[in-house]
Amino acid sequence: MTSELDIFVGNTTLIDEDVYRLWLDGYSVNDAVALRVRSGILEQTGATAGVLQSDTMDHYRTFHMLERLLHAPPKLLHQLIFQIPPSRQALLIERYYTFDEAFVREVLGKKLSKGTKKDLDDISTKTGITLKSCRRQFDNFKRVFKVVEEMRGSLVDNIQQHFLLSDRLARDYAAIVFFANNRFETGKKKLQYLSFGDFAFCAELMIQNWTLGAVDSQMDDMDVDLDKEFLQDLKELKVLVADKDLLDLHKSLVCTALRGKLSVFSEMETNFKNLSRGLVNVAAKLTHNKDVRDLFVDLVEKFVEPCRSDHWPLSDVRLFLNQYSVSVHSLDGFRHQTLWDRYMGTLRGCLLRLYHD
Amino acid sequence: MPGKLKVKIVAGRHLPVMDRASDLTDAFVEVKFGNTTFKTDVYLKSLNPQWNSEWFKFEVDDEDLQDEPLQITVLDHDTYSANDAIGKVYIDIDPLLYSEAATVISGWFPIYDTIHGIRGEINVVVKVDLFNDLNRFRQSSCGVKFFCTTSIPKCYRAVVIHGFVEELVVNEDPEYQWIDRIRTPRASNEARQRLISLMSGELQRKIGLKVLEMRGNAVVGYLQCFDLEGESGLVVRAIGTACTLDKLSSPATFLPACNSPSKEMKESPFNEDPNPNPHSSGPSTPLKNQTYSFSPSKSYSRQSSSSDTDLSLTPKTGMGSGSAGKEGGPFKALLRQQTQSALEQRGGSPHRFCRRREFPFLTLTAFPPGLLVHVGGVVSARSVKLLDRIHNPAFVGIMGNTRSYKLLDWNSFNSDEPETRDAWWAEIRQEIKSHAKALGCHAVVGYSESTSICEEVCILSASGTAAVLSPRFLQEGTVDGSLEQRVEENLPVGCGFCHIPYDELNMPFPAHLTHCYNCRKQKVPDVLFTTIDLPTDAVVIGKGCLIQARLCRLKKKAQAEANATAISNLLPFMEYEVHTQLMNKLKLKGMNALFGLRIQITVGENMLMGLASATGVYLAALPMPGGIQIAGKTPSDGSYEQHISHMQKKINDTIAKNKELYEINPPEVSEEIIGSPIPEPRQRSRLLRSQSESSDEVTELDLSHGKKDAFVLEIDDTDAMEDVHSLLTDVPPPSGFYSCNTEIMPGINNWTSEIQMFTSVRVVRLSSLNLTNQALNKNFNGLCENLLKSLYFKLRSMTPCCLCHVNFTVSLPEDELIQVTVTAVAITFDKNQALQTTKAHAEKSLQRASTDNEELLQFPLELCSDSVPSHAFPAAKEHPESASSNSGTPAAQRATSVDYSSFADRCSSWIELIKLKAQTIRRGSIKTTVTVEKASPMGDGNFRNRSAPPCAGSTVGVVKMTPLSFIPGAKITKYLGIINMFFIRETTSLREEGGVSGFLHTFIAEVFAMVRAHVAALGGNAVVSYIMKQCVFMENPSKNQAQCLINVSGDAVVFVRESDLEVMSTQQPAVNCQPTCTGEVTT
Repeated sequence: MTSELDIFVGNTTLIDEDVYRLWLDGYSVNDAVALRVRSGILEQTGATAGVLQSDTMDHYRTFHMLERLLHAPPKLLHQLIFQIPPSRQALLIERYYTFDEAFVREVLGKKLSKGTKKDLDDISTKTGITLKSCRRQFDNFKRVFKVVEEMRGSLVDNIQQHFLLSDRLARDYAAIVFFANNRFETGKKKLQYLSFGDFAFCAELMIQNWTLGAVDSQMDDMDVDLDKEFLQDLKELKVLVADKDLLDLHKSLVCTALRGKLSVFSEMETNFKNLSRGLVNVAAKLTHNKDVRDLFVDLVEKFVEPCRSDHWPLSDVRLFLNQYSVSVHSLDGFRHQTLWDRYMGTLRGCLLRLYHD
Repeated sequence: MPGKLKVKIVAGRHLPVMDRASDLTDAFVEVKFGNTTFKTDVYLKSLNPQWNSEWFKFEVDDEDLQDEPLQITVLDHDTYSANDAIGKVYIDIDPLLYSEAATVISGWFPIYDTIHGIRGEINVVVKVDLFNDLNRFRQSSCGVKFFCTTSIPKCYRAVVIHGFVEELVVNEDPEYQWIDRIRTPRASNEARQRLISLMSGELQRKIGLKVLEMRGNAVVGYLQCFDLEGESGLVVRAIGTACTLDKLSSPATFLPACNSPSKEMKESPFNEDPNPNPHSSGPSTPLKNQTYSFSPSKSYSRQSSSSDTDLSLTPKTGMGSGSAGKEGGPFKALLRQQTQSALEQRGGSPHRFCRRREFPFLTLTAFPPGLLVHVGGVVSARSVKLLDRIHNPAFVGIMGNTRSYKLLDWNSFNSDEPETRDAWWAEIRQEIKSHAKALGCHAVVGYSESTSICEEVCILSASGTAAVLSPRFLQEGTVDGSLEQRVEENLPVGCGFCHIPYDELNMPFPAHLTHCYNCRKQKVPDVLFTTIDLPTDAVVIGKGCLIQARLCRLKKKAQAEANATAISNLLPFMEYEVHTQLMNKLKLKGMNALFGLRIQITVGENMLMGLASATGVYLAALPMPGGIQIAGKTPSDGSYEQHISHMQKKINDTIAKNKELYEINPPEVSEEIIGSPIPEPRQRSRLLRSQSESSDEVTELDLSHGKKDAFVLEIDDTDAMEDVHSLLTDVPPPSGFYSCNTEIMPGINNWTSEIQMFTSVRVVRLSSLNLTNQALNKNFNGLCENLLKSLYFKLRSMTPCCLCHVNFTVSLPEDELIQVTVTAVAITFDKNQALQTTKAHAEKSLQRASTDNEELLQFPLELCSDSVPSHAFPAAKEHPESASSNSGTPAAQRATSVDYSSFADRCSSWIELIKLKAQTIRRGSIKTTVTVEKASPMGDGNFRNRSAPPCAGSTVGVVKMTPLSFIPGAKITKYLGIINMFFIRETTSLREEGGVSGFLHTFIAEVFAMVRAHVAALGGNAVVSYIMKQCVFMENPSKNQAQCLINVSGDAVVFVRESDLEVMSTQQPAVNCQPTCTGEVTT
C-alpha cells in the first residue's frame, strides 16, 4: 500500500515554525524528518515516523507554495489563497529574508550576478550552509537589490515598503544593497576580522552622508550611489598633506590639544604625518572606482593596522580622530571645511567601528 | 420584468502577465448574465487595472435571477489574434433575492481559470432591484431562504415545520457530449461548471416553489448533490425540510453587523407584513408583500415538469404563516397562530403533517425542544440500479436555441418511462417509510440520501432515524390528554426520546427492553443507534467518541446486470458486518448509544467498501452495556485456550481503560428496580435495513444474530482472529484530543474561540498482488487510523481540543486506488472547566440547552402555551451568565491562543507600522521623516514614533469556516444566504505543479479562498454548516494530467464575538487592547 496523495489543507494555513526553519535551512524532506526525529518529537507526541514524514512533506509543500508570494511580500498580505494571521505572515517574511552571518560575509560587496551564484557551491562547502539555503539568501539579496536599485528616496524605507521587513532587517539589507552596488572589497584576509555588523554600520553612515540622497532627498537620485561630485571634490582635501605648512600646522594643533590626554601620545606624534597622509589620500583616490572598492582595505591598512601595532586603546583613537577632524577648522588656509566635515564625520564613525581586534 | 441586476467592475489586481514582451497585461472584462453581455474598456498595460466601469444593468425575470449565475470573464486584449481569457468569476446572486440577506455583493473575487487556477483578483459590486408583481402563477420562488444547517438556524424561530421537500433535475454531461471532442479542456470544464451552476439554481428555485406551496418561507437542512453518471448524464438532486421561520429580534442580535454592507432596515421578520387573509388561497405569501410573475406566454407546466413524487398539490388549506402586527410581538403571533391552526384543523383535516407530504421525513438532525418525542432507531434502504443513458430528445433540439442553457426536467420528457431517477428514489423513500412504520414511528428524522456510482452501476442509499414527533404536530389542536401528559412528564428528565415508540408486546424485531434507568417508568432498548445529533437535553455520562466501522469486500469484475446482482448479493453481508463492528466497538468503549451514524457503501470496479462513522455516548437512560466475551470453537488445545483468555483479558482491559478515558462512571443502580442483570447477555440490534435490487424484491435483514448470544465472539478461524485484533488496533486519540462526528461533543461544553476547519485527502494504491479481504481490511483500517493520527499530530498545538463533525468520505476512483477525504473542525476548549463539569449532568445539559438553543427554547411557546414561558425567561437570563463564565477566562489567555508568540507579535506590529509608513511615503511626506532619521541614524525611536496608532487592521478580512452550525464563543447575528459552489480544475502539467499532492493541495486551498471571498463580498465573516459534498479526483500520471471536481456548500453568516458583545454593552471601545499590545512590542 503506497500513498499516492496525502494532503492537509486548513482554512487557516498551519505554519510549523520548526519545520519552516528546517525548510529555510535547505534540508531535504528526509533530512528534516531525521532531524525532527532526533529532536524527540516522536516521544513527546506518540506519533509514528510515517506521520512525521507526511507532516513534513505537507509543510514543505505549503512553504513551496508560499515561496512565490514571499518573493513579493506585499502579495502575501493581499493574496486570498492562504488565510494566515498577520503575525504569522510577518514571521514568514522575516524568517525568509533572514540571512546567515557567515554567508553574508562571503557575498558582501560582490556583484550579485550569475558569476557569483556559481560560486555558491564553494561558499556552501566553506560555511557549512546548505546550497539550497545559500541560493535562497543569494536570491533574496539579488531580488531586493533589483527592486530598490533604481528607486528614489530612502533606501531603508524602500526596502521596508516593498519587502515588509522589520526595521533592523531592512537596515541590513540596505547595507547589502549598498555594498553590492559599490562593490566594496570585504573578502581580503586583512578584513576577515570584521563582522557584517561592522560593515553595515559603515554602510549606513555612508548612505546617510556620502550619497546623493544625503544632500537632498528630493533629488532624482537614490541612496545606493555615492555622490560623484562629492568624490570629485575630495581631491581638494589633498592640500592638507601636500602643503607642508598646512600639515605641520595641523599636526601641532592636534598635538597641543592632546598632550597629556593620550596614553600613546608619542606614538601618535611620530605617526601623525603617516596617518594623516593615509586618511587624506584615501579621500583623494575615491574618484576612481577601483579605489572606492578598496576603501575598507585602505582604511585598515593605512589607519587601523598602524594604530593597532602601536597598541592604541580605542578611547585614544576616538580622542585623536575627534581632534584631528576638529583642528582642521582652525587651519586658516584651508577652504573646504564642509567637504572635510562630510568626509571626516563619516570616516571617523567608520574607523571607530572598524578599530577592534 | 421583475428585476434589475446592476453590476460594476471596479478594479483588478495581481493579474498574470499575458504579454511576454512588456511583462504586462491589457485587461478588459466581459459581464454576462443570461444572453446579455457587457464589456469594460481595455485597461492598457497594467497588472492592476482600474476599470471603474459604469453600472451595467440587466433587466431580467426573477426566474432567471434564481437560475443564472452572473458570469464575469477577464480577458487580455489582443489586437491581432483572439483575446486570451485570463479567468472567470461566477457569482450566485441568489442571496440578493431575499429580503433579510445581503443587499449588495461587493468585494475582491479570485479570478479562476480551470487550467491555471486562481490568477489575480477582481473587485466587483453587484446589486439587484426587485419589482412588485402580483401574479400567482409564478415560476420563481424568490424570497424562500435556504439553509444548509440541519437545525433551526440560530437567529430564527420555527413557526411551523412543514416537512420534506425534494427535487431533481437531469441533463447531459457536457463532458460526454460529442462537441467535447473538438473543444478545449477549458471550454469543456467551463461548460460543465456553468451547467451545474444553472442546474442548481433551477433546482433551488423549484424547491422554493414547493416550499411556497406549502406556505413555508425557508428550507432548512438543504442538501444538494450531484451524481456524475458519466455517459448517462448528470443528475442534480436536493432534499430539505420546508419550514416557516420567524426572525428573532432579540436586542443582542441588533448589533452593528460588523462590516456588513447590508441594510439593517431589511431585517424585519418575514411575516411582519400585514397579510390580511391568511386563509385565502390567493397570492398571499409569507415573504415580502410581493409576488412575481412571468410573461403570460409561458405556460405553467410546473406540475408536469417537476419531479415531485407528491401525489397531489392540494393542501391549500394548510396553515398560513403568522400574521400578527409588529406590536404584537412574537408571542402574540404565536398564540394567534396556534388558535388559527387549531381552528383550521377542526375544519376536518386530522393528520396535518402526514397528509401534507407523502414522506414524513425531516432532514434536520437537531430539533427544537419538544418536537422529538421518541426515537425508534436507524432505518436505511439501499438499492442497486443500472444506469441507462438519459434520453433527452428535446435537448438536442434546443442546442441552437437562444435559451439553450435552459434545462429540461427529466420527467417532463420521460414521464412515461418507468426507470426514472425519481421513481428510484420514491421507491427507496417508500421503503424507509415502511421501516419507520414497522418501528412504530410515523416520521423519519436526520434523513439523508446518497449515491455511489461506478461505471454503469449505481447504489442509491437513504437513511434516517425513525422517530415519533410531538403529537402537537400531528394531531388535532385539541390534544390527546394521556399522550400529552406522558410527554410533559418525560421531557424534563431528558430521557423521553430513548423510550421505545413501538409496542412492547409486538416488537418489530427481537430486542431486549429494560425500564428506563432515568425515570424508571418507560421501557428503553439496550442500545440505541440514530443518525441525528445528540438531543441537547439528553442526559449523558462521560464524554463521547468517534466510532468507525471499516470494511472492504472484493468482488469480481463484471458487466451490467451480473455486476449489479453481485453487488446486491454482497450488500447484506456488508451491512451485517458493519453493524457487528459498530456494536463491538461501541461495547469496547463501554458506551450504549450511537449518534450521527452515517454508513457509506462505496462501489468500485473490483471491490465494495463500507465506512460507518458515528459518535458513541453513554446515555444515562439506557442500561450499562455488557462486555465482550470470546469463545474458541475448539476448546481442546491448551495453548489455544490460553491465547483466548489472553485476548479476553486484553479486551476487558481495553473496556476498563476506555471507561476511564471517557469518564464513564454511571451511578450504581440497584438491580431490583431495573429487574434485569446488568451485563446484559443478549444484545439486539435495532437496525432495520433492506436491500432491494432493481427487481423491487425486498429482503429484510435480521441483524440480531439469530438465537446466539451476540457478543460472544467465536473464534473459529484466522479471519475471526483478525477481526478481534482489528477491534483492538483502534488506538484512542492522544491525550488532549477528543473526536466526534456530531455537532457537539457530548461532555464538553466550554469551547474557547479558536477553530480550525480542514480538509485532508489521501489516496493509496493497493498492491494488486494477492488481494484478500483480510489484507484489504487491514490496509483500509490502517489508512483511516493513520489519517486520524496525522490529524492529531498536525493539530497538536491546539490541545486541548476536539475534532467535531469528523466527516469521512471514501471513494474508489480506480482499480487499486482508495481515496479517503476527511473534513472536520478542531475546536479548543478549556480543560479546567471541562474537568469540573462531569457532575450534575442534568444541570449541565439544561445549561447547554440554554446556551446553544436559547432561541429555540422559545419554540415550545406556541405549543404548550402556559408552562413554558416561565421556563424560557430564566433560560434567557442564564445565557449571559454562561457567556460571561465562558469569557471569564482571562482575556490574555485568549489572546495567546491567537497570537502565536511574542516574536510573531513583534512581526505583526512591524507589518502594521510598515503599512502606515508606506502610506506616508506615498503621500509624499517623506521629506521630514527622512531628515529626522538622518539626524540620528541609530535612533530606533523614530520609527516607532512616526507610526501613529497601528489600528489599520489586516488587509484581508478573516473568514471562518466550520462544518458546525455555530461558532464557539460567538453569536450569529445574520444569515446571508447559501453558498453552493462547484469547481473543476484540470492540469496538463501535473509534475510541474508538484505532482498529485501539489495539484490537489493548491486546488483545495483555492476553493477555500473562493468560498471565503464570496462570503466576504456578501458582508459575512464566516461559513457555517460547511460541507465538501464532492471531491472527485482523477489522475493520469503517464500523461502528466489530472482533473478534480469539488462541490462545497454552507451558510454565509455574520457573527459577533460574545466577548465583543459584552464590551459593547458596557460601552467600552472594543479596540482597547489593540494599541496597547502593538505599542509595546515594537522594540
